[in-house]
Amino acid sequence: MPVRTLIEAVREAMAEEMRRDETVVVLGEDVGKKGGVFLATDGLWAEFGDDRVIDTPLTESMIVGTSIGAALNGLRPVAEIQFADFIHPAFNQIVSEAARMRYRTNGGVGVPMVIRAPYGGGVHGALYHSQSVEAFFTHVPGLKVVIPSTPYDAKGLLRSAIRDDDPVLFFEHKKMYRSVRGEVPAGEYTVPLGRAQVRREGRQLTVVAYGLMVQYALEAAMRVESEGIDCEVIDLRSLRPLDRETLLGSVRKTGKCLVAYEDNRFGGYGAEIAAIVAEEAFDFLDGPVTRIAGPEVPGVPYNHALEDWFMLNPAKIAEAIRGLAAY
Amino acid sequence: MTVTDRGDDAATSELAASVGLTDADLVAMYRTVALARAVDERMWILNRAGRAPFVISGQGHEGAQVGLAWPLRQGHDWIAPFYRSIATCLAFGMTARDLMLAQYAKGVDPSSGGRQMPGHYGHADAHIVSVSSPVATQILHAVGIALAAKTRHLDQVAVAIMGEGSSNQGDVHEALNFAAIHRLPFVFIVENNGYAISVPAEKELSVKDVAVRAAGYGMPGVIVDGTDVLACYAAGREAVERARSGGGPSLIEAKVVRLTAHSSDDQQTKYRSDEDLAEGRTHDPLPIFREQLRGAGVLTDGIEEAMRAEIARIVDDATEYAESEPDPDPFTAVDHVYSQPWPSELPPPWHPSGVGEPQHPTHTHGSAAESH
Repeated sequence: MPVRTLIEAVREAMAEEMRRDETVVVLGEDVGKKGGVFLATDGLWAEFGDDRVIDTPLTESMIVGTSIGAALNGLRPVAEIQFADFIHPAFNQIVSEAARMRYRTNGGVGVPMVIRAPYGGGVHGALYHSQSVEAFFTHVPGLKVVIPSTPYDAKGLLRSAIRDDDPVLFFEHKKMYRSVRGEVPAGEYTVPLGRAQVRREGRQLTVVAYGLMVQYALEAAMRVESEGIDCEVIDLRSLRPLDRETLLGSVRKTGKCLVAYEDNRFGGYGAEIAAIVAEEAFDFLDGPVTRIAGPEVPGVPYNHALEDWFMLNPAKIAEAIRGLAAY
Repeated sequence: MTVTDRGDDAATSELAASVGLTDADLVAMYRTVALARAVDERMWILNRAGRAPFVISGQGHEGAQVGLAWPLRQGHDWIAPFYRSIATCLAFGMTARDLMLAQYAKGVDPSSGGRQMPGHYGHADAHIVSVSSPVATQILHAVGIALAAKTRHLDQVAVAIMGEGSSNQGDVHEALNFAAIHRLPFVFIVENNGYAISVPAEKELSVKDVAVRAAGYGMPGVIVDGTDVLACYAAGREAVERARSGGGPSLIEAKVVRLTAHSSDDQQTKYRSDEDLAEGRTHDPLPIFREQLRGAGVLTDGIEEAMRAEIARIVDDATEYAESEPDPDPFTAVDHVYSQPWPSELPPPWHPSGVGEPQHPTHTHGSAAESH
């Protein structure tokens, strides 16, 4: 089976969907000849031309707003926001418009579009090239939010997102683009939205994660294994809609739940996971639902010493696992 | 001739010929202006009678709206209107019943099934993009529609409409820049009534005319007298033809008056003088258009009498129909959040159960997005 990096999987998903469906178009800053600042769209302009691979001005609201309009008139836009940190000028278009269009027309029209954006820290991106923004959008009914953690999932989930009839925010951890490799089958396959994946089975404690934190949680689980702690690791993949069954099934089995997320802790997406587990698996819990997440500062600082301090890593997660396991 | 049909009477006065229309066209245009006014006035009566909590009005804008919408192809081209677009929507395929259903927010309201405030019109089949309340967002939707029209070779023109207050939003700059770069089949209409709720134009615009801003995007910008319906028609036709033939986008600024308060929750005498309000009433497009058509012999006593009776019937019918329709069933309030229901998206504990299907179709019209 071919091995791909995560960004290669993303690129292949777009290219194959564009070949399959001529209504799929890509637009964003530098997505054309340059192929995107991370090269996610490399080669698409050469293959599909100006009409389907559109270099936009530096106008995020326009990228999303015109994608909404294009979706209303029969296209399936895949919009790239160059960094998730720059998505905020488009917040109104995403939250007030894309998310609500189907609801406010009583099912009259939908907005089939994908907004891709690289997120996350650990790459010396500082305050404005490192943010995790998923919590802003998982809060909003009408939006779907997807974060893959493997090349296989990146391709299969992006395919599903492009074919989906609702607006999907597809966040890709930029540190994983080239550092994570995995098998990606050559044929056409999809990974359905709304389904979590058990990445590692275990009996004593459930670690819930998504994106880069899945990789770190798996490493952390290996570290504590020799200490006799048997962790299960759940990769949510689809933050909304959420796979409650897999999440709750795991916690009901292990009795302990640690939620790991890179975003700062207060009001982050993991808080919702913790609340759901506390409400719906209370009788099964043998310890407090616990969060290990980013610190309460308004961004990831630049200097490597500061960045390392900010970022979760396998050691920090392992320490949190030990604490909860010992409870 | 009937007063409801468009252009099936070959009679052509000098006035009609001057803009390439027939007398029947002019009568139909006048009828739309008058119908919009009558529906609008009825909405205020219902509000004052305690039957509708909110009204937002298009009075004073109707002449420009009808003239500018008339050159478009109904159900083929697209409009992204705003909350004052009553006459625009009537001229572009919605009916008085449709508007009144939105006013009453009933379950079969084609705009939103009673989910949005009144005035937030939309119609999937008619290609009228659903209006939201954050202003100016719709301009980007229209530009995106135009982009798809160009890419898919659909021969469509997309129009965005808003007031001069909204035109100051950043989305407008982003939209006009992109539309001009790609020479999209797009027309931007600004209905300038001189007020953004209470703030007068001189405190919301750095220039006297919005139209001059078009030059900054390398597109034509024209100013029309919004009380001159046929001048609006001519300006609209030129822009629509330019857009359709690949000539790119245009900006049209129609100078109009706001004859009512911003909405039923506003008291405009607090910030507008008696003289200002009186001056505004002298620019009411309805009597101005009427006098023009009577002077040209297009509008006769007989036509007017029949039209008056017909409009009264239509407004009564729309009111009674909308009033008699049931309110939306709270069971349906969870429908259409996503294209399909998700088991993980849980309704609140007070949600009614055992009524109907988990997600039953509540809309009677097709989906524009899904029909392509």
